[in-house]
Amino acid sequence: MSATKSHLEVFPAGVKLVLWLGLLALLAFPFVGTEFYTQMVTRMMIMAIFAMSLDLLQGVTGLVSLGHAAYFGLAGYALAFLTPQSEAVSLWWTLPLSVLAAGAAALVIGFFVVRTHGIYFIMVTMAFAQMVYYVFFDNRALGGSDGLYIYFKPTAQVGSLTLFALDDKVTMYYFTLAMVLLVYLFLRRLLWSPFGRALAGIRVNEHRMRAMGFATFGYKLSAFTLAGALAGLAGYLWGVQTEYINPDLMGFHTSAHAIMMVILGGMGNFAGAIVGAFTFEYLLHVFKDLPYVGEVHLGKHWQLWMGSFIVLVVLFAPRGVLGVVQALTTRGARQQKDGDV
Amino acid sequence: MDFPTFLIQLLNSVQYGLLLFMLAAGLTLIFGIMGVVNLAHGSFYMLGAYLAYAISGQFGSLTVAIIGGTALAVLFGLALEWLLFRHFYQRDHLDQVLLTFGLIYIFEELRSLAWGDDVHSVKIPELLRLSIPLTENLSYPVYRLFIAGLCIALAIGLYLLINKTRLGMKIRAGAFNRDMAEALGVNIKLIHALVFALGVGLAAFAGIIAAPISSVYPNMGSQVLIMCFVVVVIGGIGSVRGALISALLVGLVDTFGKVLLPQMAGMLVYMLMAAVLLWKPEGLFKQ
Amino acid sequence: MTSRRLVLTRSAALIGAATSGLLLPQLARAQGNKIRVGLMLPYTGTYAQLGVAIENGFRMAIDEQGGKLGGREIEYFKVDDESEPPKGVENANKLVLRDKVDVLIGTVHSGVQMGIQKVARDTGVLSIIPNAGVLAATGGLCAPNVFRASFSNSQPTRALGAPMVKAGHKKAVWITWKYSAGDEAYLGFKEGFLAAGGTIVKEIAVPFPNVEFQAQLTEIAALNPDAVACFFAGGGAVKFMKDYAAAGLKGKIPLYGSGFLTEGVLDAAGAAADGVTTTLHYADGLDNAKNKAFRLAYAKQFKLQPDVYAVQGYDSGQLLVLGANAVKGDLSNKKALYAAMGGATIDSPRGKWKMSKAHNPIQDIYLRRVENGENKVIGVAAKQLVDDGPGCKMT
Repeated sequence: MSATKSHLEVFPAGVKLVLWLGLLALLAFPFVGTEFYTQMVTRMMIMAIFAMSLDLLQGVTGLVSLGHAAYFGLAGYALAFLTPQSEAVSLWWTLPLSVLAAGAAALVIGFFVVRTHGIYFIMVTMAFAQMVYYVFFDNRALGGSDGLYIYFKPTAQVGSLTLFALDDKVTMYYFTLAMVLLVYLFLRRLLWSPFGRALAGIRVNEHRMRAMGFATFGYKLSAFTLAGALAGLAGYLWGVQTEYINPDLMGFHTSAHAIMMVILGGMGNFAGAIVGAFTFEYLLHVFKDLPYVGEVHLGKHWQLWMGSFIVLVVLFAPRGVLGVVQALTTRGARQQKDGDV
Repeated sequence: MDFPTFLIQLLNSVQYGLLLFMLAAGLTLIFGIMGVVNLAHGSFYMLGAYLAYAISGQFGSLTVAIIGGTALAVLFGLALEWLLFRHFYQRDHLDQVLLTFGLIYIFEELRSLAWGDDVHSVKIPELLRLSIPLTENLSYPVYRLFIAGLCIALAIGLYLLINKTRLGMKIRAGAFNRDMAEALGVNIKLIHALVFALGVGLAAFAGIIAAPISSVYPNMGSQVLIMCFVVVVIGGIGSVRGALISALLVGLVDTFGKVLLPQMAGMLVYMLMAAVLLWKPEGLFKQ
Repeated sequence: MTSRRLVLTRSAALIGAATSGLLLPQLARAQGNKIRVGLMLPYTGTYAQLGVAIENGFRMAIDEQGGKLGGREIEYFKVDDESEPPKGVENANKLVLRDKVDVLIGTVHSGVQMGIQKVARDTGVLSIIPNAGVLAATGGLCAPNVFRASFSNSQPTRALGAPMVKAGHKKAVWITWKYSAGDEAYLGFKEGFLAAGGTIVKEIAVPFPNVEFQAQLTEIAALNPDAVACFFAGGGAVKFMKDYAAAGLKGKIPLYGSGFLTEGVLDAAGAAADGVTTTLHYADGLDNAKNKAFRLAYAKQFKLQPDVYAVQGYDSGQLLVLGANAVKGDLSNKKALYAAMGGATIDSPRGKWKMSKAHNPIQDIYLRRVENGENKVIGVAAKQLVDDGPGCKMT
């Protein structure tokens, strides 16, 4: 493996401003968007949580997992198993339980997987994810290849008082937004904690960390487990929103998309993961909706546009979207200094 | 199962394993020797298969397709290396993952534009169309034996190239320490271009050869891709011998698994890889 | 300009552009008096061929009836479902919530169909299935607004057993992929074959979508059954038939299958497919006036030969026209609409068929054998076969 990048961890003023504006836009969106778009942005936010969980593993600790979607899907399946066909269950215990289930799976798998390095780590995470995938795909009792429905969204009741109803798309939107913010703030805190600094140190040079006396296996396993649990949170929300869980949710493609989102946004600072998730999903949406030009339906060839975009980003924007934002806003300030208008 | 059936299943295992080796050979070169994570490997395999369909359809001969198709693929590999990949040798594995993932999308769409989305087949050459009877009911297709033979030749050839020639020595030197090799006068740029093109050519060659028995259809690369990575990783990155042994092992596990443990057949290869990597975290024959 | 203001204006512009990008398509959709038809089909990937055939057939049916539904003009909306089940709900919502379609035609893949079914049941949008055979769609998850114009996964194979036993093949090995469509096809075969007096020597399941069949073919040869019955489709079907022939089993152990084994793949399969006997609700060579006219018109318009998928698309169109005409274009008159569609007899290239109570076709299943690269009809394996999935509350 070549030298690890130093990531953007402290945000310059320009980037911070963009992020704040983004937050404002998110807060205001349901007032201007229709039902469909509110739902779409909710889904983007769910993917943002998923991407942030992977960023902890990939961006901060330097562990690239090609099997992260397994924990995402497992939590969704947990909700599907916990929800009977005839009535709803409560949010208060199904959410923590599903997240715990995902985290437990990550702990068990992580115990085996974290002892490998580099490309081998990538492959072993993929192998275990495929195994989990096949367990669900091959067993009709677990839903099989057609997946499972979640017949009712979980309720958020205290006694007989309904605090909020997730059936309402706007409520679901703000609930998810709250989750995004919670996870983001938690992870930012973690990034600057001794634990987070140790993880970053492991990414930069694991041998040195070990030489300094850090039990790197334990740190990596903790990161893996935490990342799995947070992926579970995203998966639970996905289940709540979509009400349909399918084994493909745990597949190679979902994991690969998550990796791309994290790299696309800019790694190691969690804001990049959010930006990356939004950018990726938004672009897919835009490309698939391209109109006809004469006889040619541009939208049908969305794979070409998406693939080209990804290649261009890798070539010209190696630090992702946030890196570009940083470059743009810093240049603005520099230009100003030189007296240009 | 009775003894004759066991022997036949053994033959199936070996033949499948050799086929896997051929499919993974290109990846062994690019990924194993050069250290570039190439997720587009499946796309090159698919390219070979479609070239086999197009060329043999046009000229009526698989031989022409093999020679012409491989040559075209090598040229394509050279162009791709010059355009894109040469900027990525020093970059993070993650960037390579992202690049090649984008390429998968692009190639899939280009294939759709060039050749459409139908299922096609490629005819086996007349000479090789017979089957050798093994038991009262079962015969063995000669073409598969032909492929197996080709794979063995390929394995020997690749091994000799990498380990016994000057070129191979330079390739290995460049993979081990690029700057030092360059300082010692090795033309690393050329070596890298050649190896990459050879890797693409091998993947396409495998696609061409396998096309008559696998049929040609959209998305055919993605199924092959994961298997190839599994084979290379189990064997140990950088080892041709490891890739061969690993391919045979996978062939064994897969074939007997399907028959003896069909409920778990889909997972067995992954369990094998996990088991190997937990025992030897860098593969069986890591260089 | 201070740098801060510059940053602010630039980023506001960026975010504003992105947001309006999300809203613009919605603003631009004018409300007219047109009926909105949503097509959710695979336009890319392994099943792209099928998506094209279905849409061709569908449009042909609409155009033959004047290009209008109940007198109203049509506006089409299309979404590529990419055969991705996790995106099923999202893509269906694009048509139902965003484009506000009045009817949703889709799709091919059963996993994606489960997503569509959810949206159809939750929103009540009129939904016509032009292919996906998942039993639950007209079974446990049936709904008054969901109609299927194709088949259910266990229907073609249910009719396979009796002809096999009649031909003297009483001991059979069954082989298919291990996924829900394979499981459901086996269900039909098992019930039909056992009822006709056959015995299943072994049920072999191949991991999906694995196409290396050598191990299983060796096993089949060792078991030496009277016949082999199977369900494969697309590239896998071609490979299976070719490998079967190359292993010398062709001619020694007769091969039977669900008709999808030999649909749309005969060119690619070549001589390996000769003699393969299948059951399906359609065959290219069906000798009725409607089929002949249909095939001529389709070939003329699209420069392609139609297949069962085109027929299913065509019948979806016919069904919709029938329903829309019955309510004179007022699709909100659901009671009358569903009654009309549920009680319809469709004059199809496959023969006449009706809707069952669960909204699945009650249709003839034909016995076909491949001769000279074509599916020749050699009889009717089952007349007016009913095959609703279990658990439908409407029956």
